[in-house]
Amino acid sequence: MKTTITRRHFLKITAGAGLSIAVAATPMGYRLLSAGEMEKEPFSFRPSVWLKILPDNMVIVVVNKSEMGQGVYTSLPMIVADELDADWKNVRMEVAPAADAYKDPEWGTQATGGSSSIRHMHEPLRKAGAAAREMLLIAAAREWNVGVKECAVDFGKVRHLTSNRMLTYGQLTNEASKLEVPQNPALKMEKQLRYIGKEIPRFDMHDKVNGTAQFGIDSFLPGMLYAAIIRPPAYEANLVSFNKEAAEGVAGVRAVVPIHSGMAVCADTIDAAWKGRDALKPDWKNARHPDLSTKSLEKDFISHLEIKGIIARNDGDVTSALKAAATRIESVYQLPFLSHATMEPMNCTAHVRPDGCDIWVPTQNQSGVLKTAMQITGLKPEQINVHTTFLGGGFGRRFEKDFVEEALLLSLSTGKPAKLVWKREEDMQNDLYRPMNVSRIQASLDNDGRVTGWSHKIVCPSIFARVFPQYMKNGIDNAAVEGLENMEYEVPNITVEYVRFDTPVPVGFWRSVGSSHNAFTVESFVDELAHAAGKDPLEFRLGLLKKHPRAQRVLQVAAEKAGWGKPMAKGQARGIAYHMSFGSYVAEVAEVSANRKDGTIKVHKVTCAVDCGSTVNPGIVSAQMMGGLTMGLSSALKEKVELADGGVKSANFGDYELLRMSEAPEVDVHIVKSDEKLGGIGEPGVPPVAPAVANAVFTAVGARIRQLPMKPETVLEALKQT
Amino acid sequence: MISLEINGKSYKVDVAPDVPLLWVIRERLKLTGTKYGCGIGMCGSCTVHIDGKAQRSCQIAVVDAQGRKITTIEGLPENHPIKKAWIQEQVPQCGYCQTGQIMQAAALLAEDPHPSETKILQAMDGNLCRCGTYSKIKSAIRLASKGGSRP
Repeated sequence: MKTTITRRHFLKITAGAGLSIAVAATPMGYRLLSAGEMEKEPFSFRPSVWLKILPDNMVIVVVNKSEMGQGVYTSLPMIVADELDADWKNVRMEVAPAADAYKDPEWGTQATGGSSSIRHMHEPLRKAGAAAREMLLIAAAREWNVGVKECAVDFGKVRHLTSNRMLTYGQLTNEASKLEVPQNPALKMEKQLRYIGKEIPRFDMHDKVNGTAQFGIDSFLPGMLYAAIIRPPAYEANLVSFNKEAAEGVAGVRAVVPIHSGMAVCADTIDAAWKGRDALKPDWKNARHPDLSTKSLEKDFISHLEIKGIIARNDGDVTSALKAAATRIESVYQLPFLSHATMEPMNCTAHVRPDGCDIWVPTQNQSGVLKTAMQITGLKPEQINVHTTFLGGGFGRRFEKDFVEEALLLSLSTGKPAKLVWKREEDMQNDLYRPMNVSRIQASLDNDGRVTGWSHKIVCPSIFARVFPQYMKNGIDNAAVEGLENMEYEVPNITVEYVRFDTPVPVGFWRSVGSSHNAFTVESFVDELAHAAGKDPLEFRLGLLKKHPRAQRVLQVAAEKAGWGKPMAKGQARGIAYHMSFGSYVAEVAEVSANRKDGTIKVHKVTCAVDCGSTVNPGIVSAQMMGGLTMGLSSALKEKVELADGGVKSANFGDYELLRMSEAPEVDVHIVKSDEKLGGIGEPGVPPVAPAVANAVFTAVGARIRQLPMKPETVLEALKQT
Repeated sequence: MISLEINGKSYKVDVAPDVPLLWVIRERLKLTGTKYGCGIGMCGSCTVHIDGKAQRSCQIAVVDAQGRKITTIEGLPENHPIKKAWIQEQVPQCGYCQTGQIMQAAALLAEDPHPSETKILQAMDGNLCRCGTYSKIKSAIRLASKGGSRP
C-alpha cells in the first residue's frame, strides 16, 4: 500500500469528485463539513480530519498521527471504517501533510505522543464516519424515492430493505456530496460494530516485511548532497582547529560548512561525507564542565536530596504520621539517564528553495517541524511541505527538531537538497535523555502493618522547562512527578516534594516519561513495605487500593494468570507491580531466576494484564504491551548512559547494550474487558516491568535492588547489604 | 568499477573499494530495504545473504563482495515462508529492524529447516529490536519452520 502522498496529490483528491467530510474542532465540540462547505469558509477556518469516499468505492482516511510502530495507520482508519460500515478491503489511508487543518483537536498542535492518538482522534473520526453514513443513506433513499428508514448500510453498500435493491457507496457519492453534513449523527451501538474490538491485520505489515516501507533514511532527491557533522565530545566544548583541506581533498566532498552544532561536510555520497568528516581531525577545547561524569552526577543528585524542594502533593500530616510510626522505613532509589536508541538514527532530508521547501522526515512533531522551517527559511507555511515518513522508532526522541534544523540549515547554505543521517555514535551521544533521578521515600507503618504516612522526595531534571515552559505549574514539572503526585495507594498522609536539578545533560520525553522511573521507585518501595508488614505483596497492594477497582482488577488478573502463590524452584520467584499511566492500568508479574554467586538475573516470563478501557484493535494493544514491557526490561536490566570528561561516553550498542532475543522473556498479555474511558497503549506497558523484576529478585534471593540497571554488580552489591 | 551480483542482477558501480557494501546497496542502488543501524555489526539491521549466509553488509568492503551472490530483502521471494509467517504473526512494529531480522531468519531456516530453541536464539541474538518484538519473531520462525501456515 502506498502510504505517502504529496500535498498536490492530496489537494487533487480532496477537491475532485466524491464525498468528503471535514471535521473542525470548535469550543463546543466538533463541526462537520463537506468539501463544498469548506470552500466557502474563510481561510482561518480549521477543519481537522478528512474522510473521502471516491466513485470507485475507495474510502480514504487521512491520518494526522505518525506511525512509529504503535499501529495508528491501521487503528485510526478502523474507527472511521466502522462507523461508515465500509468494506475494509476498500479502505486506504493517507498521511496528512503538516498543516493547521491536521492539528490534534485536543492539543492544538500536530504531533504524536503521550499515548493519545486514539484517545484524541476517536470521537471526531467516529463522527466523520457516522455523518458520511447518514448522508449515503439519505442519498440512496432519494435515489429510490423511499423513506430513509427503509434503507440500511451494509458493508460498503446501501440496501433498500423491502426490495433488496443495492447501491454502492461509490455510486452514491455524487448525490451524497450535495447534502448538508449532519452535525450530530447517531453513532453505532456496540453490537453493531464491525471492526472495532477485532484483531484487524495492520496496513503496514506487507511493506515492512518486503522492505518497501519508506523510512526517513530512504529519502532521495535529485542532486542532493549528503551531510555529516562532527560534534563536540563534551558539552559546550569549542572547536579550536580542524583540517579543512584534508576533508575537501576527499573525492566527492563539495563543501565544509560551519553549523551551530559543529562542522559539517557535504558530499555527493554518504561514504564521501563520512570520510570527509573523519579527515577533519578536529581539536576541541574548553569543555564547559570538564569534571562532569557518571560519578560526579551521582554525588550531585544524592546531595540535592538535602535541598528543600517544591511541594507537589500534600495530603494530611506526614510529619506527625512519621513521628507516630510503629515501624519507619526509609529508602533511596537511583535511576540513570537513558538513551532512546531508536533503531533508525536521527535523519532528515530537506530541500530549501527561494520559493518553497520540502522536508522528508520521520517526525512525531509536524507542527514543530513546520515552525522550525518557517523560522529558518522565512517562508510561509503554505510554501513548506512536510512529508512524514515511517518512523524507525520514536519513543519521544522524534518529538525533537534538532536534526531537522540541521538539515534545513545545510540545504540553505549549500543551495542543494541535503540528506543528513546521524551516525549511531552521534545519535547515542547527542540525545535528549530520559532524566537521571534520585528519590528518597520515608514511610510509616502502624502496629497492624497499615501504611500511615508516605513522604516522597524526588531530585530530577526538568523536561517541561525546555519543551513546554508554559505548562510548568508553580515550578513543578509534571513529567518529573507523574506517578507520584497522582499515586493511587490509599495512604492518609502523603507528601511529594520535587527538587528540580538541571545538569548539562539535556533531557527529553522517553517512552512513558516520568512513569518510566517513578513506577520503579513506588512499586519497589510498596514491596518493601509489604515485606516489612509481613504481608503478601499482592494482598498488601489490594488492601491499599480499595477505592481503585481498576487497579485491583489488573493486579488480580495478572496474578491469577501468572499463578501467583504457586511454588517455584529455588532461586526463582515471582514479583508483581502495577502502574496507571496515560489513562490505562497495567499490572505485570515477572518470573525471575537470580544467581547469588554471579549476580545474574534471568527473566523467564512476564504476565501482563491491561485495562485500557474499550479496545479498538486488541492485536495492536497486546503488541504494544509486549513491546513496552520488553523495552522497559531492556532499560531495567542493561541500560545506562555513561558520562566522563564533560560528555557522554556511551557510543554504540557495544557500550550501551539493549536487550537481545536470548534475554527476552516469554510474554503473556491479557486484556481486561472494560467499559471505562479509552486509555493509551503506546507507553503504559513500560512502567511496571522494572519493579516487577526487582521485586521478584528480592523474593528469590533477598537482595533489594534500589538502583537501575540491574547489572550483576548491582545485584551483588545489593546482596552484600542483606 | 566494481561489479556486483545482487538478487540475480548484475550491477556496475563506480565506487571506492573500501566503501561498505551497505552504502552501495542502499544509497547507490537504492535497495533501501537493507538498513543502517550501528555501522559496527552489532545490530543486524543491515543483514543480507552473501553466498547464502547471513552477513552484516556494514562490515564488508564492497570490493570483497565482488564475484559473490548477494541477496537482499528485495530478492527474497514474496511467497517465502518466512515472509508469510512474519505477516501472519503480525511481527513488525516500527519495522526498521525487521528486514534484517527476516534475512537472518531466512538464512537460519535454509541451513536448518527445523531449528531448536537454542539454535534460534544463537542465530537471532545479533539482531536488535528496540520495539521489543522478539517474542513474535520467535513465533514466526517456529511457524515458518512448520511449513508456513497455521491450521
